[in-house]
Amino acid sequence: MNSNPPNPFHLTESLHQWRSQLARNPALKSEDLDELEDHLQSHIEALTAAGLKADEAFLIACKRVGEVNNLSEQYAEVHSGRLWHNLFQASETHRNPLDLIVVLVLAVAAAALFKLPDLLGFAPVESDTEFFYIRNISLFCIPMLGFYFVYKRELGRAGFVVWAASVVALALVLNLYPFQAIENSHSTLLLAALHVPIVLWFLVGVLYTGDYWQSTAKQMNFIRFSGEFVIYYVLIALGGAVVALFTLGMFSFIGIHVEWFVQLWLIPCGAMGAVVVAGWLVEAKQSAIENMAPVLTRLFTPMFAALLLVFLITMLVTGRNFDIQRELLIGLDLMLVLVLGLVLYAVSSREPAAPVNYFDKLLLLLIVSALAVNILALGAMIGRISHMGFTPNRVAALGENIVLLVSLTGYAWLYGQFLRRRIGFHSIERWQTGYVPVYAAWALIVVAVFPLVFGFA
Amino acid sequence: MNLSKDLVAASSTPLVLGIVAEGETYGYEIVKRVEMLSGGQLSWTEGMMYPLLHRLEQQGLLEARWRIAETGRKRKYYGLTELGLKSLAQQQQQWQMINNALARVWDNLNNAAKTGSLGARSSGGNGNEFQPA
Repeated sequence: MNSNPPNPFHLTESLHQWRSQLARNPALKSEDLDELEDHLQSHIEALTAAGLKADEAFLIACKRVGEVNNLSEQYAEVHSGRLWHNLFQASETHRNPLDLIVVLVLAVAAAALFKLPDLLGFAPVESDTEFFYIRNISLFCIPMLGFYFVYKRELGRAGFVVWAASVVALALVLNLYPFQAIENSHSTLLLAALHVPIVLWFLVGVLYTGDYWQSTAKQMNFIRFSGEFVIYYVLIALGGAVVALFTLGMFSFIGIHVEWFVQLWLIPCGAMGAVVVAGWLVEAKQSAIENMAPVLTRLFTPMFAALLLVFLITMLVTGRNFDIQRELLIGLDLMLVLVLGLVLYAVSSREPAAPVNYFDKLLLLLIVSALAVNILALGAMIGRISHMGFTPNRVAALGENIVLLVSLTGYAWLYGQFLRRRIGFHSIERWQTGYVPVYAAWALIVVAVFPLVFGFA
Repeated sequence: MNLSKDLVAASSTPLVLGIVAEGETYGYEIVKRVEMLSGGQLSWTEGMMYPLLHRLEQQGLLEARWRIAETGRKRKYYGLTELGLKSLAQQQQQWQMINNALARVWDNLNNAAKTGSLGARSSGGNGNEFQPA
C-alpha cells in the first residue's frame, strides 16, 4: 500500500456520500437512488476500463449525472404525488418561524371576524330571519386560509388583490341580493350559501397552486391537499368536542355554568380558526398522515361500492325506482358527491406508474354503480320537474346531477380504457384536474345567477 | 453541438421510445446509445433522463422491471408497452413530416442561393445561416 500516492480515494465511501446527499431530498425514493447509483457505477466502470483513475472517473460520472438541485427539481415535477408537500419547499431546508405567527394571526382573525357582527349587535344569533350567519359562514374562515396561501406562495400584491376582490364580490352577492322568504322558504338564499364554499375553495386552490392553476401536477396537489384537509379538520373537530365536553363537565362539578362560553365562544371560534390551522397542518405535517389517507380510500371504496350496488338492486327488485321522494333524492345526491370525493382522492393518491391492480377494478365498479344511481336520480328529477314545474331546488339538483353525470362518465370511460391498457393513468389525472373548474363554475352559477333567475325566491 | 433546451426536450421522448423499442434496456445503456446515434454530438445531463423515463412510465408508454444485472447490482429495465408502440409510430410520422418540410424549404433556399435570386442574403452561401428574426 505504501507505493500508492497519499490520495486514499474510497469509491464505496464517496458513492455513499453522494447517495446520502441525494437522499436528503424527498423527491427521490430509495428506488430512484438505486437506479441513479447503478448508472453512476456503470459509468465509472466504463471510465476506469478506459484508463482513468477511480477518483477521476467518479468526478466525471457525478458531473454527467447532474447537479443535485436540478435533479431533485426534475424528479419533483414528475413525481408530484410522492412529495406533493415538498414541491414548494424544495429549496427551503428550514421551516420559516414566521409561518406559525402568520397562521395564528389569521386563525384569530377568522374567529374575531365571526364574533364581530355579533358583538356589534348587528345580527344577533337568535334572529334567524336574516340568516346572517348561515349565509356568511364560509366568508369568515376560508378567506383567511386564502390569505395564508397568498403569503405562503409569495403571490404578492397581485395575489392579495385578486383574492380580496373575489371574496368581496361574493360577499356583496350574498348580502346585497334582495333575498326574500316566500312561503317561509329561502331556496335561492340557502342554495347560494351552500355553494359559496365550493367557489371559495376552488379559488383557494388557484392560490394554492402558486401559479394560478397552470400545471397539472400542482392541481393534483391541490386535490390531495383537499382530501388531507378534510381528515385534519375532522380530527381537530373531534379533539375540540372532547375539550368542550370537559370544559362543561369540570365547571359544572364546581357549580359554575359555562354553557354560554362553550356555545358562543369556544365552538364557533374554534370551528373558524381550525380552518386556517388545518390548512397549515396539511402543508407542514403531511408525512404523518399521508399514509393514512390512501388506506382510508381503500377501506371506503369497497364499502360504498357495496352500498350503492345493494341499493340499486333493492330498488330494481322492489320496483320502487319510479317513486322517488324528495328526501331520498337529496340523500342520493349527497351520497354521489361523497362518492365523487372518494374517486377524486383515490385517483390522486394512486402512484401513476404502478400497473393495473384489483383496486382499480374496484374503483371502476364504484364509478359505474354511482353512474347508475346518478342516472336513476336524474330520471326522477326530470320526472319531478315535468310534473311539478321548476323550482330553484329542483334546477340546482338537476344541474348538479348533469355535472356529476359528465364527470363520472368521463371517469368510467377512461378507467375502462386504462384497465385495457389503452391509455396511461396520466390521462385520468388530466380529466380529473381539467374538470375541477366545472364544479366551481356550476357553483358560481347557483350563487350568482340563480337568485336573479328565480326572483330571489 | 449546443442544442436549445426546447429542442432537446421535444426530441428526447421519440428518441428514448425508439431506443427502448429496439429491445428492453436500462438508463445507462440508453445514454450510450444516444451518444452513439448522434455521433457523440448529443449529450444530455444524464440524471435528467430518469425523470423522463418515469414520466413515460406514468403515461403507460413504458413499463419497468427490476432485475439483478450481471454486475450483481439491482437494475431497472424499461420495455415498450403496446401503447408506447402506438405513440412511437405517431411521433415517427410527425417528425418525418417536419423533417420533410424542413428538407424542402432548405433545398429551395440552397437552390435560390445558387441562382442568386435571394439577393444580399445569398452571400452567406448555405441556407443554414439564414435565420428568421
